[in-house]
Amino acid sequence: MLELKRLTSVDELNKLQEEARPLLGLRHYNRAANQEKYQILICGGTGCTSSGSMNIRDALQAAIDNNDLHDRVNIVVTGCHGFCELGPLVIFYPGGIFYVRVQPEDAEELIKTTVLEGKTVERLHYQGRTGKTPRHSYRDMLFYNLQKRLVLRNCGRIDPENIFEYIANGGYQGIAKALGMGREATLEEVYNSGLRGRGGAGFPTGLKWKFMAAETAEPKYMLCNADEGDPGAFMDRSVLEGDPNAVIEGMLIGAWATGATEGYVYVRAEYPLAIKRLGIALAEAEALGLIGDNILGSDFSFHLKIKQGAGAFVCGEETALMRSIEGKRGMPRVRPPFPAKRGLWEKPTVLNNVETFANVARIITDGAEAFRQDGTEKSPGTKIFAVTGKVRNTGLVEIPMGVSMRHIIFDICAGIKNENKFKAVQIGGPSGACLPASMLDNPVDYDSLTAAGAMMGSGGLVVVDEDTCMVDLARFFLTFTQAESCGKCTPCREGSKRMLEILERICGGEGRDGDIEELERLAHTMRTSSLCALGQTAPNPVLSTLRFFRSEYEAHIHDKKCPAGVCTKLLQYRIDPEKCKGCTLCARNCPVGAITGKVREPHLINPNKCIKCGTCMDKCKHGAISRV
Amino acid sequence: MSFNRTANAIDLAPLMDILKPYKQNPRGALIPVLQQAQDVYGYLPQEVLETIASELRVPVAEVFGVVTFYAQFHLNPRGKNIVRVCQGTACHVRGGAGILEAVSHHLDVKPGETTKDLNFTLETVACLGACGLAPVMMVNENTHGRLTPDDIPGILDSYLA
Amino acid sequence: MSDTVTLTIDGQKVTAPADATILEAAKLVGINIPTLCYHPLLRPEGSCRVCVCKVTKARSFIPACIAKVSEGMEVFTNDPEVLESRKNIVELLLANHPKDCLACSRSGNCELQRVANNLGIRRVRYEYNRPEMEKDESNPCIVRDPAKCILCGRCVRMCAEVQGVSIYSFAYRGLNARVTPAFNLGLGEVSCTFCGQCRKVCPTGAITMKSDIGRAWQALRDPEKIVMVQTAPSVRVAISEPFGGKPGDIATGQMVSALRRLGFDRVFDTNWSADLTIMEEGHELVDRVKNGGVLPMITSCSPGWINFIELYYPDLLPHLSTAKSPQSMFGAMLKTYYAQKQGIDPSKIVSVSVMPCTAKKFEAERRELSASGFADTDIVLTTTELAQMIKEANISFFALPEDDFDPLMGVGSGAGNIFGATGGVMEAAMRTAYKVITGEDMEPVELEAVRGMEGIREAEVDFRGALKLKVAVAHGLANARKVCDMIREGNPRGWNFIEIMACPGGCVNGGGQPINLDADTPRLRIEALYRNDRNLPVRRSHDNPEIQALYRDFLGAPNSHKAHELLHTRYYEQYRSCRSK
Repeated sequence: MLELKRLTSVDELNKLQEEARPLLGLRHYNRAANQEKYQILICGGTGCTSSGSMNIRDALQAAIDNNDLHDRVNIVVTGCHGFCELGPLVIFYPGGIFYVRVQPEDAEELIKTTVLEGKTVERLHYQGRTGKTPRHSYRDMLFYNLQKRLVLRNCGRIDPENIFEYIANGGYQGIAKALGMGREATLEEVYNSGLRGRGGAGFPTGLKWKFMAAETAEPKYMLCNADEGDPGAFMDRSVLEGDPNAVIEGMLIGAWATGATEGYVYVRAEYPLAIKRLGIALAEAEALGLIGDNILGSDFSFHLKIKQGAGAFVCGEETALMRSIEGKRGMPRVRPPFPAKRGLWEKPTVLNNVETFANVARIITDGAEAFRQDGTEKSPGTKIFAVTGKVRNTGLVEIPMGVSMRHIIFDICAGIKNENKFKAVQIGGPSGACLPASMLDNPVDYDSLTAAGAMMGSGGLVVVDEDTCMVDLARFFLTFTQAESCGKCTPCREGSKRMLEILERICGGEGRDGDIEELERLAHTMRTSSLCALGQTAPNPVLSTLRFFRSEYEAHIHDKKCPAGVCTKLLQYRIDPEKCKGCTLCARNCPVGAITGKVREPHLINPNKCIKCGTCMDKCKHGAISRV
Repeated sequence: MSFNRTANAIDLAPLMDILKPYKQNPRGALIPVLQQAQDVYGYLPQEVLETIASELRVPVAEVFGVVTFYAQFHLNPRGKNIVRVCQGTACHVRGGAGILEAVSHHLDVKPGETTKDLNFTLETVACLGACGLAPVMMVNENTHGRLTPDDIPGILDSYLA
Repeated sequence: MSDTVTLTIDGQKVTAPADATILEAAKLVGINIPTLCYHPLLRPEGSCRVCVCKVTKARSFIPACIAKVSEGMEVFTNDPEVLESRKNIVELLLANHPKDCLACSRSGNCELQRVANNLGIRRVRYEYNRPEMEKDESNPCIVRDPAKCILCGRCVRMCAEVQGVSIYSFAYRGLNARVTPAFNLGLGEVSCTFCGQCRKVCPTGAITMKSDIGRAWQALRDPEKIVMVQTAPSVRVAISEPFGGKPGDIATGQMVSALRRLGFDRVFDTNWSADLTIMEEGHELVDRVKNGGVLPMITSCSPGWINFIELYYPDLLPHLSTAKSPQSMFGAMLKTYYAQKQGIDPSKIVSVSVMPCTAKKFEAERRELSASGFADTDIVLTTTELAQMIKEANISFFALPEDDFDPLMGVGSGAGNIFGATGGVMEAAMRTAYKVITGEDMEPVELEAVRGMEGIREAEVDFRGALKLKVAVAHGLANARKVCDMIREGNPRGWNFIEIMACPGGCVNGGGQPINLDADTPRLRIEALYRNDRNLPVRRSHDNPEIQALYRDFLGAPNSHKAHELLHTRYYEQYRSCRSK
């Protein structure tokens, strides 16, 4: 059977692929009327695991055993399917029968109905946006149909802890082909694809690789940035958890093209599952001789190690990340020299992020032209977005670059929760910007976003509605960058502190005339003069909210009002004496005893005691309490 | 600020085992060694850091600099259970602050502190990357998602058994 | 590629070396870009951002201290946008800097103050709200006031790169970032050598000296005490700087005069005891070479170096010459020989030394340096402190007449005088060893091979065929570390005798000297010492008539029993609460 035995030629890899293919034999949509065999795919991404998917696996296994079905049904745990909102997800193949929010007690019914009766359990299907039309299969779901899942093709489809499934699906054919093409042709192919770094500013990957290929110093290092730190982004985590071999293969191709012989994946310690699965993939790849010396019988050798980050956002900056691998404080250094010339241990180094590497194998197998079929001229390919916040369908969305924000938020992710009104979308994490409704139809690609004063960042989209205060949101981001500033350069260390002080003052009802100008002045200094991108981009959330939501700032400063009703210092809770029935429920629930009143008489809130927690408003059954 | 200098000498034998594979080539070893040492001792006492410094030939001031730079490292003993409440954007807009308050209230500690009975340490974390489930927190290796403040006492108490 | 490039800076065309930084190129056309974290002796870091400039086509501003010039580059150092940013940056630094400038020892010589003033910053818009930080006064030499630290990291780089000691590190991050020894301990609790080089590069009052001025005034005002002072060779070539003199101006006469006016009862010359050191150490060397003693022998005059070896290389202590430093020998002779000769009760003598050195304050406190029954040294003042006292006493330094040292311990040879320069002790020792071994004077008297600023220098000295000595000179503790490692490895270069000075350049650049940002300063002071040597009538220690008298009247011979008792010492491994080897 399938053995983890060293592969010494491309032919052996091809042979192994043939042998492994049956592993995926059931994973198609044609379910026969009297389907004999089934495979159950359970989402083992972080989202679904924390919703209890491993208990469901056990329950399903018990149900299989109870019904004596182990010859007909087996369970595969996969990586993230991306539709985290509905987890835990359970999919039956053939047919791609899609069950959502499954609980252990559903197991028996699922097995009996789906396997034994050949039907489906209607109540466990996604009920569509209207809540009335059950979607039976993957293929019936708009959330998936509107996407183009190329990088995510394996996520949720294969067992990430089994390299044979990856190989069965065409895995490691990219490096096999690249070895045949030669280093230069490989480099040229990636260059021609126009692939741009998926982790931040969108620097052309092929160009970066060419810089390093031209260097003569040895050894050269190929690094993968898996220190995904932007709050609101989890695409790298999902790729590592769902398809770790794709990242390894991308790094292999990069190393081959640039002459790198050693590599590290720098991954956040906060991602234990990603570290575990990457470790398994790496061990299996090593056993197959896909990592190590003389890969697939060639003269190409590449050694790869995993380094765990230790909790510092700034280590996403390339020079800081290299310092961290060296065992030092992760403080960025001035560039140039750029890492392609002098990077890790002063040697030529290329750093790309997880998603970038996950794109590479397909560029080689299908060619640069095929890659360019998607996306725009200057931003070719697809991009994964992590859509979170106040949308109905949070999750991972992969679409060609250049589609509109509206398409992502309203078509794919089904719009805003609770019929609330869209207010803004925050893109690019702490370095990014908040874009208003008027920009929803702008295309999403590197250059359009930059032109709009935002940036792609890693692709986190946090959607906010009218209940979100934009000043508070800006304050939130500054709190984050201020805490994550390494403290090395003055503008970032001191400037972010002072900007935060002003924002806190404004949110606390102490805003003064001139505060907005002061924010703009500090922002300018930070942008122009900070040492690294963290400090240079830290003012973006403030600048973009000032640009598009200036009136909210003015309301806070001049009218001492928070229009979204978020900044507690600017709020007051009032009881409408007309509506109050004197039921005393609010007074009994007030944690600080701020509400007084006699039974059956209108109650009163003492504003000096009130801590504005909102409990009274939640508890009132008569709608008598309002926030002003 | 004071750092824990243990009253009783700590057993450095496990540390020596951790250090062994790195002594020949200490390049880049500091952070992995600190991570493993913290796994063993629960935190990083001064003696442990001094030993690491001299064995890896890194100035002790630099070791101190590294330990205080990264959020992962701790110079003082911590609780049996580590509660990490996510402060990411998605959690923020879905009420993460209320979760932190509920945990803080239930345990009667502020972020960064350990309960008197050493059962829990409360921390905040920038983003756990489980934004689809916001608001979330992690207790030890377990992620808890779609939280409301009312869920907190039950979840935390389940770790006491 | 051409060796030079042409660019424009503020509209001025500049042709600069291809590897020059923008900062260096700008200097060529009279443009002084302000800096704070930059120091000419250290690797640039580009972190304070005060030197940022606008460069055409660059996305953000570029730090001039680190960015290299390139052909056709267009730089603007003072355009309105750059100026606005630079002012903001300095204002941000000022906001959380204590406002007690008027009472700060660096007032008038503070780089932050100067930069702020030159930029015309006349108000600070932000509140001071830095958390309180305690002063570190845990040692007799150096005081740290972290509240005044602007995180330029110059001390960190100096201690790590030049001194190889790495006492300091950046710790914590963001707003909480600070520069500190390990575990926020005091310098006296960690393995600090007290060389004071950190103080020399600190742009503000965050690292200063422990002041002994008060104790000195107290002694001078005590009618019961007889206060006697010695002055090290490096003091006279730097003392005029705080009064507006240039580095390397020789002011021996004014210095002696000033000390008398301050009320010192006797004013002596450490050059005298430097000669004495050479007599003891030179004979010790000859003895070790001839009788199979521990070799290589290493000099022991630099107290920073002694702290270093006691802390980091205790296994090498037998290599140290047992001869005390000139400061201690002087004190020991003051309270024995001089007291006897003059009929003074030694308990009434206050032995003061004026030194270029912070670590001397620690040496003075060593209990083992009191074989006479009294501490060899009671009070150590640095050059900088002496200048301060002169100012306090309303003395106009340059108006002073030139005066001579007091007799008996006031004559020093040129050999003693060059102790202040790296290589000077070696050269002085060779001049005397030559005489001891060959019976003749070394000619030429200069030993050029050990002069210069190279970190480690080697020479072979041929004693007319009777003997050949392989000698080496190292300065700066990073170089000392290299030498020590080589000795541990079995001394592959076969050295017999090594001079080590803790401070780069030797004592002239000691931690207690006036602060001067010009990278040429140590060289200019060293040249002055060599000039002094050339102009002195006696250039060899053994020819010093007062030293000859000392041996004749009191000690007997070099390395005699009495000499051993009073002029030699022992070394001990130092234990501090936090050590790193």
